Amino acid sequence: MTEPLLQTSRLSVTLRGPDGPLPVIKGLDLRVEPGEIVGLAGESGSGKSLTALTLLNLLPPGAHVDGSIRFDGTELTGLDRRGWQGVRGSGIAMVFQDSSAALHPMLTVGMQLTEHMRASLGLSKAAARARAVELLEQVRIPQPERALRSYPHQFSGGMRQRIAIAIALACRPRLLIADEPTTALDVTVQAGILALFDELRREHDLAVLFITHDLGVLSSLTQRAYVFYAGRVMESGGTTDVLNRPTHPYTSALLGARPHGLSTSRTLQAIPGVPVLPGEEPPGCPFEPRCRFAQDVCRSAVPPLEAIGDSRTLACAVQPELVRP
Amino acid sequence: MTATQPPAAGLIPAAEPPAADGPGPAATTRPSRTLLRFVGKKILITAALLFGVTILTFLLVQAVPGDPANTNLSETAQQNPEIVAAYRAKWGLDRPLPMQYLTYLNNLIHGNLGTSQSTGDSVLADLKKYVPATLELAIPAMILSLLISVGLGLWAAVRKDRAADHTIRGAALVGLSTPSFWLAIVVLYVFFYLLGVAPNGGRLSTQLTPPRQVTGMYTIDALLQGRPIAFRDALWHLMLPVLVLTALTVSILIRFVRSAMLEVLDQDYIKAAYAKGLPRWTVLRRHVLRAGLVQVVTVAGLAFASLLSGTVLIEQIYSWPGIGQYAYRAALNLDLPAIMGVGLFVALVYTVVNLLIDILYGIIDPRIRVS
Amino acid sequence: MSTPTNAPQIAPDVMAEALPARRLFGLRPGAPRPERRRSGRRRHARGLTVVAIGILACWAIVAIAAPLLAPHDPLAQSGPYYAPPSGAHWLGTDQLGRDILTRILYGARLSLPLAVVIVALALLIGGTLGLVAGYLGRWVDEVLMRLTDLVFAFPPIILAMVVTAAFGPSARNAVLALVLVSWPTYARVVRSAVLSIRSSDFLSASRLLGVGPWRALWRDVVPNSVGPSVVLASLELGNAVLMLASLSFLGLGPRPPAPEWGAMIAAGSNDLSKWWVSIIPGIAILTVVLAFNLLGDAVRDWLDPRSRSRR
Repeated sequence: MTEPLLQTSRLSVTLRGPDGPLPVIKGLDLRVEPGEIVGLAGESGSGKSLTALTLLNLLPPGAHVDGSIRFDGTELTGLDRRGWQGVRGSGIAMVFQDSSAALHPMLTVGMQLTEHMRASLGLSKAAARARAVELLEQVRIPQPERALRSYPHQFSGGMRQRIAIAIALACRPRLLIADEPTTALDVTVQAGILALFDELRREHDLAVLFITHDLGVLSSLTQRAYVFYAGRVMESGGTTDVLNRPTHPYTSALLGARPHGLSTSRTLQAIPGVPVLPGEEPPGCPFEPRCRFAQDVCRSAVPPLEAIGDSRTLACAVQPELVRP
Repeated sequence: MTATQPPAAGLIPAAEPPAADGPGPAATTRPSRTLLRFVGKKILITAALLFGVTILTFLLVQAVPGDPANTNLSETAQQNPEIVAAYRAKWGLDRPLPMQYLTYLNNLIHGNLGTSQSTGDSVLADLKKYVPATLELAIPAMILSLLISVGLGLWAAVRKDRAADHTIRGAALVGLSTPSFWLAIVVLYVFFYLLGVAPNGGRLSTQLTPPRQVTGMYTIDALLQGRPIAFRDALWHLMLPVLVLTALTVSILIRFVRSAMLEVLDQDYIKAAYAKGLPRWTVLRRHVLRAGLVQVVTVAGLAFASLLSGTVLIEQIYSWPGIGQYAYRAALNLDLPAIMGVGLFVALVYTVVNLLIDILYGIIDPRIRVS
Repeated sequence: MSTPTNAPQIAPDVMAEALPARRLFGLRPGAPRPERRRSGRRRHARGLTVVAIGILACWAIVAIAAPLLAPHDPLAQSGPYYAPPSGAHWLGTDQLGRDILTRILYGARLSLPLAVVIVALALLIGGTLGLVAGYLGRWVDEVLMRLTDLVFAFPPIILAMVVTAAFGPSARNAVLALVLVSWPTYARVVRSAVLSIRSSDFLSASRLLGVGPWRALWRDVVPNSVGPSVVLASLELGNAVLMLASLSFLGLGPRPPAPEWGAMIAAGSNDLSKWWVSIIPGIAILTVVLAFNLLGDAVRDWLDPRSRSRR
């Protein structure tokens, strides 16, 4: 059994809030095998974006990280600045949610594509340029030479995101973290980007950690998925499995809350309450205040994440059979 | 959470052509053309503004109580009715106000700013004499202020809320609260009176003759004339006033630079730059500074404004014969032509500098050209 | 009058906000305000604010009680010329033998109230003009913007200097000149606050509910423009003191023998050996302006939470 490409163990992150420390990620065990697409699904505020930043050590100052992150055989926690520079870009790369914010407005696309290639891979200007054109072709940007000379604001949202993907791939990373890359785009454009991810993954043997709140995107792209709430994994497993036979009340509630497929007989089931804020978690299971199946045992302690067969894990004290959408 | 597609088994087929994403880079406007149009518009607005400034100056002078002929001509000249009449005719004082303005404007265009009552020379000649002295102070102060404030402001932003940040901001706050003329006196007291390492004002030691005028700036002219001793002496005299001007200007600028840099540092594109594995110095230099440059240019405009104001007071203390002193003496003596001349000149320079800054914005940030 | 040309869709939450509209920046009525617990950083900033208020309170007391506190007469000679600090005259005497400590204390009665008057007048005039221009829009707005551009075309001290000199140096003219120089800043700030309120949904909702234009102005627009103007005013107080001192340093402020601090500094600038004449009034100015600036920062942080992230 080969070692996973990425494995976090008991990863916990605490941010420095205005009124004291805020735990935002608690005891995360995440695994990504080489070449696979893994989804991290959760609502806003669940901590999924922070997970991405943690894996690249891009957290705000004052953040505290506990636990272990093993990537490609190396322990990442405790790396110094040079070490992280080596990992970022050529080991792990990231595509951000809003490409209009993630591309520098005053630097040409060419500069943004080539600068890290020249810095990390030591390519000459001409070689970097040639590879940049190649990359733009791969992400299907028309007229790549002209694109190199242009600025980000001259492109549409979908094209900017493709450029961002090209930038992320430039130094041949083994793991690509995509933080909600299609959320800011139209549905039609979204399909193209998702297809691009899939194609690139297969061509380059790239592993992808795909962060999203959209269950539809999750199902159409990812092979395995983690369901995230309040900084913890609620359940995980093969994507189809998790979405068709959810074992956690939260997943079930999310599936029930989708407006798609409404008929006159089925009403929209909103999840009561509001997502819990960091620093205000209840003592037991974080989902308990909003859970239909909550019992006393749920209030007393945080349910541990346990394997329940079929390569699935679950952090819930309630019987899985009860939980059907 | 939402679901936009029904859960489908398997993965979607191969990527579609990109036509769905929209057009490629804007093919129609070349950067140079938008820039030109942008610049042209700005120049027109500036010209209109300058017009307004002349009107304002004119009206201000009209509002001063008293007969201009009395205030602008010397005592003896006033006794002579011919001179008075000639003066009236020259400036159209017996004609209605709008005509007076036109005469005034006409004279302006021909470079006639009137004759200074206190110096006796034409105001234009006076300006030519005094402006370079102020430039000799303002230019080094400007360059030094920009360099120091950008450096310190960036550092304070990067080290936010740590000791360095608090120290820098505290020092800036104290600098902001210090009267410029008082600081000038304190500095003079310490370095001249107590320590004896600086001169007691002036541009040149009395035993040296000023270099032949080429630019009007003693340092440059001394170099051009091949007089190293005069050069060093002029430089020595520059030290204190430039130091004071720089310290005050830096205090004003640091806050702006720091907050601009903080905003930039917060942006996703900076995180993305680090995420690419770029070293910190490269990110700061190429990404942060470039994005903050727009603000820094604004800040340069502010610096310039503060320097112009600062010279009035600083030149007094250091007996520096520049525009500031000229303006002050003109104001005291109610030397109206001189006041108007200086006011106009200063407003002109100020406006032109703002125009240049606007143009610089367009060059730095390509998005501004199209907005 | 500014009635919305396209009737907006009124969402229920916007309706709830329309009556009554009291919204200072991001604080929506009814939204839970985050708990404020003490933390190290907050305490540090709060400490500075307390110090600033303390300093200002001291100066205010000095200004009010100067006749009781001062050992001598500020306008009359009470000792030898240019006497250095001693037991009889704690801060020495000036070129006319007047006690400097006394003159400093009495100087507070000039600098502080005059600065407040300058800011208050500029706020009143500029704020009203900005309000009207922002609310009425179109040509009124254009005219105002051009006027402010004009005033901004001159460096403030030079304009103030010229105006004061032209009309004769006096306290009144100095104040008027400084008001002339500072009103455009207030006008611009208030105008932009008004514009942002105009384009917000809750004003449209209010008008659609039948609130008349003037009542809407009074109830909705004015309260929300108060915030930024107060912030600006508190930041400008220190500046007003400095500008006033600069003018009187140049001899263009309150006429001698008035004990204005700037003029006192000027008096001592000729003879550096008598350092106490110039240096000490400057320290007075420094403490007052520093306190005003600290206070202004505190007011800004309190009223505009958005700026807090940048601090």
